[in-house]
Amino acid sequence: MQTMALFTSDWNPLGKDIYYRKFELNSMFWTNDVDLKDFIITSAPFGGPIALIERKNWSRLGTNGNTSLKPNQFNIFIFSSLGSIISTIKWKGNELSLISWSNREDLLCIQDDGIVSVYDIYANLQNTFTLDQEIRDTKVLECKTFNGIHGTGIAVLTTSHRFFILNNISDPKIRRLAEVPGLTKSPQCWTIVASNSETIVLVAKDNELYSLNANAQSCQLITPAISAPFTAITEMSVSYDSSHISLLTDSGSLWMGRADNDLTHKYCEFDTKAKARPQQLLWCGNSAVVGLWKNILLVVGPDKDWLNYVVDQPVHMVEEIDGIRIIGNYMQEFLHKVSPVVVDIFGIGSIAPGALLLEANKEFQRHSHRADEYIRMIQERKEMETSVQQCIRAAGHEYGISTQKMLMRAASFGKCFVPHMESKPFVQMCQTLRILNAIRHHSIGIPLSWNQLEVLTVEVLIDRLILRRHFCLALRIASYLKMSEEKGAARVLGNWALLKVKQRVSDDERTARDIFNKLGYSSGVPYSEIADKAIDNGRTQLAIKLLDHELRSSQQVPLLLKLKQHRLALQRAIESGDTNLVHTRLSDRVFSLPQRAIESGDTNLVHTVIIRLREALSAGEFLMTIRDYPIAYSLYQKYCREEETEKLTDLYYQEDDFASEANSWLSRSLTSNNVTQKQSYLQSAYDSFKKSRNEFNASMIDENIRLNKYQIKLEEKFHRKYLSLSLHQTMKQLIIDKEYKLSEELKKEFKVGDRRYWWLKMTILAETAEFLELEKFSKIKKSPIGYEPFVDICLEHRNRYEAQKYLLKINEENKIKYYVKCGLLEDAAKFAFEAKDVEALDYVSSRCGPTNRLLADKITTMKNQLRLK
Amino acid sequence: MIGSNDKTMSHLSTGRLNVNHMKELAKHELLECLDKCMGSKAIVWDHELVGIFGLVADYLLLKEHQVIQMFELRPGRLPAITATHVIYLTRTKLSLMDTIADNLLNEDKKPSIAAKNGREFHVIFVPRRSILCERKLQVLGVYGNLNTISEYGVELFALDSDVLSMEWQNCFQEIYVDNDYTSLFHSAKALMTLQTLYGIIPNVFGLGKSAKVVFDLMTKMRKELSGSEPQITPQIDQLLLIDRSVDLLTPLMTQTTYEGLLDEMFGITHTTIKVPPEKFVHHNSANDGQTSEETIEGPTEAKQFHLNSSEELFVKLRDISFKSVGPTLRTSAKALTQQYDERHNAKTVRQIRQFVDKLPALQSARKSQSNHTSMAELIKEVTDEESFYETIQTEHQFVNCIETDKTSPYIEDCIAKVDPLVKILRLICIQSFANNGLKSKVIEFYKREILQTYGYQHILTFNNLEKVGLIRNSGTYSHRVYNVLRKTLKLTVQGVNELSPTDIAYVHSGYAPLSVRLAQYLDHPGWRAITDVLKTLPEPTIEETQHMAPGLRKRRNSGASIQTGVIEDQKLIAVFFLGGCTYTEISALRFLSQKEGFNADFIVITTNIINGKTFLQSLTHLPLK
Repeated sequence: MQTMALFTSDWNPLGKDIYYRKFELNSMFWTNDVDLKDFIITSAPFGGPIALIERKNWSRLGTNGNTSLKPNQFNIFIFSSLGSIISTIKWKGNELSLISWSNREDLLCIQDDGIVSVYDIYANLQNTFTLDQEIRDTKVLECKTFNGIHGTGIAVLTTSHRFFILNNISDPKIRRLAEVPGLTKSPQCWTIVASNSETIVLVAKDNELYSLNANAQSCQLITPAISAPFTAITEMSVSYDSSHISLLTDSGSLWMGRADNDLTHKYCEFDTKAKARPQQLLWCGNSAVVGLWKNILLVVGPDKDWLNYVVDQPVHMVEEIDGIRIIGNYMQEFLHKVSPVVVDIFGIGSIAPGALLLEANKEFQRHSHRADEYIRMIQERKEMETSVQQCIRAAGHEYGISTQKMLMRAASFGKCFVPHMESKPFVQMCQTLRILNAIRHHSIGIPLSWNQLEVLTVEVLIDRLILRRHFCLALRIASYLKMSEEKGAARVLGNWALLKVKQRVSDDERTARDIFNKLGYSSGVPYSEIADKAIDNGRTQLAIKLLDHELRSSQQVPLLLKLKQHRLALQRAIESGDTNLVHTRLSDRVFSLPQRAIESGDTNLVHTVIIRLREALSAGEFLMTIRDYPIAYSLYQKYCREEETEKLTDLYYQEDDFASEANSWLSRSLTSNNVTQKQSYLQSAYDSFKKSRNEFNASMIDENIRLNKYQIKLEEKFHRKYLSLSLHQTMKQLIIDKEYKLSEELKKEFKVGDRRYWWLKMTILAETAEFLELEKFSKIKKSPIGYEPFVDICLEHRNRYEAQKYLLKINEENKIKYYVKCGLLEDAAKFAFEAKDVEALDYVSSRCGPTNRLLADKITTMKNQLRLK
Repeated sequence: MIGSNDKTMSHLSTGRLNVNHMKELAKHELLECLDKCMGSKAIVWDHELVGIFGLVADYLLLKEHQVIQMFELRPGRLPAITATHVIYLTRTKLSLMDTIADNLLNEDKKPSIAAKNGREFHVIFVPRRSILCERKLQVLGVYGNLNTISEYGVELFALDSDVLSMEWQNCFQEIYVDNDYTSLFHSAKALMTLQTLYGIIPNVFGLGKSAKVVFDLMTKMRKELSGSEPQITPQIDQLLLIDRSVDLLTPLMTQTTYEGLLDEMFGITHTTIKVPPEKFVHHNSANDGQTSEETIEGPTEAKQFHLNSSEELFVKLRDISFKSVGPTLRTSAKALTQQYDERHNAKTVRQIRQFVDKLPALQSARKSQSNHTSMAELIKEVTDEESFYETIQTEHQFVNCIETDKTSPYIEDCIAKVDPLVKILRLICIQSFANNGLKSKVIEFYKREILQTYGYQHILTFNNLEKVGLIRNSGTYSHRVYNVLRKTLKLTVQGVNELSPTDIAYVHSGYAPLSVRLAQYLDHPGWRAITDVLKTLPEPTIEETQHMAPGLRKRRNSGASIQTGVIEDQKLIAVFFLGGCTYTEISALRFLSQKEGFNADFIVITTNIINGKTFLQSLTHLPLK
């Protein structure tokens, strides 16, 4: 097991079975340019960027003097976590009170008048806001940032010794905290405990400790049980998750305990024997406190165990969730507690299953039979699954790629001995390790530990890669993990395209082409969004080109409408110059709108455009435009038909569409209640039909007009409503009123066909029981409809007697049927017999009921006779 | 009103495609719309929507979601409302906006503020918000009175286990008279929904302009989705899009199936039929103690029935010719009596118990038997009339190309007798179709007769009929299209056996629906064999495959078929009628899939259900007496 010693060489014990490890993450690029002792430094957690301000500027800030040196003009340098410079902010604002990073890796520069400027890592100003008027008036004495559940917050102590708190910088609602009694000079130290439910500021005023609750607006004196006598608390630190707290007194006593309301739960009290204030006092994960005094780094555990490191160079400690990053001039180190699973595997003399599996795999690769012995040992203890899990987890905690490989190989080896073991954890760890190794590489420089990545999540990691413009890697990670388009590829490409739009490195044509080449049609990135940004950036042409690729017309058309307004504004500006060009371009834009809307097939969208065009264009222009788009034109017609009928007639008139115009006149005449108007509309319809060379319809309208005139006369004469009746109904009414002559007159006047007139008159006369008149009528001349209907109609009105009058005139072939109909079965049988028609005889016989027995018998005889012949 | 529809819609899940998903989706969306308003609700219905929503949810369900009052949309004052929310469910018709505005303005006039009591008004547009309607509400000055405006975007309603309909009235008229393609846009959306639920349909065929429009829109919509489609193995193998304008003849022909005749005579709307009550009255008294909804209604009110495949007897009757309805009813009556008679054989307690268990089913079967017997009687009254026989005879004379080139004395007499105009127009349109257009002399004669008899306003009716091609001038035809169609596709079958049919032509007593013939020939021998015919039909023809992930293609004879018990070899073809379809077309498709040697099942999708009456009625803005 000697080889294992290699892995434990940088481990230092802190109590029993607990080890701390400090190791180099990487060397710093800034080695020859930056000496940390000359700079104020602030770094974002999760391997985030670093901001530096030269110390000389900072101290001058404090003295607040010498204007000749332009004290407020200095540089803020932003470095990557590996020490390569990213950008420089040329600070010209007021005196700075604090610079700090937000949880979204934005640099917050807080001025002493309470104005906060937010920069991204490329030194672009993102946002500025003012904390509070009172802060502005009284000035900031000191301020700190903190991360709670709401995001990054700011706590401020003013020169009037009042505390203010802002829980979330993106929602600037600032709250003033309760007053600390008797606080007239700056407190020795203060800190923020941002737990899930509430935000508390702890203020140390000499040997007293006050807790200010933001929610309750209360100020409470608390007395942590510190046994060693002291006169003041000089330093406080809260662990990353706000669950632990440590206090350092001026007597050098370090108190550690749980960060609850009244600090009664104490873990230990440790005498550091250091009277001086430490440069930094931080929690290392949740398990130890680290203090930095010039060249001593002291680690103290909750059980009063301790260890120390000597540092020979100026360093800055950055608190991470699972350890401390130590940034120096030459290198960056990571100090953390060795994970128990790693201790299990690499701990000297460990016989944990994982350790045995690792050993087994080593022997196996050496082709040694001892591999089998180790495997047996594990199997006997039934710990094969645990051993694999241990190796997988340990690999996650290791930074050396060869060590990771060694552990994963062992895990893979062990997996073979467990049937049906779930492979998901193994696969996931392989993926995680590849991602971790990729981002730790110096070309990217985000030195995350496994724990940190788990907390940060891959989605946020991708955001951070996008922020650092590592689009390619972000894209690869997204596709490697098969992330959904929305979370992965589309987000990366979308941001890439937005950057392209903003950067203005190439002309519109080229940019649009580049973007399209990358995105294609199926990336899930909406072109409309990019185009919208392009419009915001004043790149109209680019926006237009991008919109050509937007497939969703519902997104495209509104933006085109938006663009049109821009063009109008532009038009005025250029009016003095080349108007022609501007005008044609404007027209292109406007006129392409209906086309786009129509292509979408979405009627609602077409209506939107029609409405806009109607507002934007003159009536003439509108019609000229809309007629070019048949669909839009039809929809507009339909709208007019329903809502504005007059408009429709005008429209057809202008279009010389006489047939449609005639129809619209006709429908208007139908809805009109005024006779004169009705007639004049009909006249217009007549004229239009004439113009459209539809002579037939024109003649019909003419008939209609004549009929109306006739009806008006009839109305005057009979005081009865005739106008809404058709010609047929008019004649009918006249017959009902026994005005046979008038009806005859109408028949002649309107050339009504004989057949139809006979049907009408016959029906009505029967209906009104004018059977005498009916008979007269039937004798006027030979009926054009035959006499069968006469029989039918009489029977229909249950007048068999009348019906029989017409039987003689009935056509030969129908005779039998009609005699039967009239109930003259006997005659029917006679005719049938005469015609020698057996089938007809059968028919008659089938109509014979029980009362006609005799006849039925007779028919049978007839049939026999016929058969005999 | 709503409700009273089956408590369970289990019959929807019995088909090849579980269309119950469709219904569940529609229900879910409806409830989501309603639940946006917290508290008690009153729904004000657009009259047309009431029946449609009956296909989605019943009153009990709405009650569960705090709907305490329901009214029909009428102008004037709203009835007294106690609910907190008033929800208007309306189509996007501009005239309806006037009514809503009228309601709201009247509400404003109410003196006391207390009466309003924080009442909120909402509008839910079906199927989509419309900018025109919203603007109209603005113009009418009530837009501000509305708390929310939203949409209920459901396109397809399940009428039965193999029929989905958009229930979009007047669809054909909108497309071909108004050139308004809104319904086609929604058809494409409906297909997208369908594909979301049942997978991408690999092969698409189509005929006619609308088919092309819908297919292009669907392709565009798929592109817009850009790959974020659900990955489901396709359940539908083929899609056949049929533009109604490809087959204008079928809806004109009198339907001679049971369901078709019921629709022709009484009209079936959203699977509900209303029939005159006289024939049913005596059954109520026989209804021993069963307080069904029908007994409550007075005898003067029309009887209302739901017609769907949950009723066993109706399944047997719906697709058969009216001539075999009688025999079928007799057989089922006999079987029913036999089952009832079993009680005499029931000796042991166990047997009696078994019989009693069957009783409810028997009772509902008896009720169904008596209802359909009554309906069959109603039908028989009409079919026995001479005029019915004459009309059918004239139709068949025409479609067999007999004396189509001159004016028909029968039509002339019908006009003279002032028969319903729609009947006359149907015949004229059939004649025009069969004669490849009519001579202008003939057209003018008919027109003149009709205009003088029914009024000159019907110039507009003729204008529309000519616009959509139902009546044509023979000069516009270059060759004898119909004769070719009739011959190649065997549209007319002489001596069709209506009692035990062997060909789909039985649905019109000897005329086979052109649309269904096309579907039949697509499967066998394939459209390639009839390219000459297709050329004579309205262009274009679509034959496309839809791209999809290779893994999703259905593997024939896979293990899944054993589990689901479905005969996987039988293809599933969705036939989408753009512009409506008739019950006979549905029956004919059902007949085809049952036919031996035919390897496909059908699911019918349609914009709406039509018959000659409703079809022609929609084409005119005037009532056709």
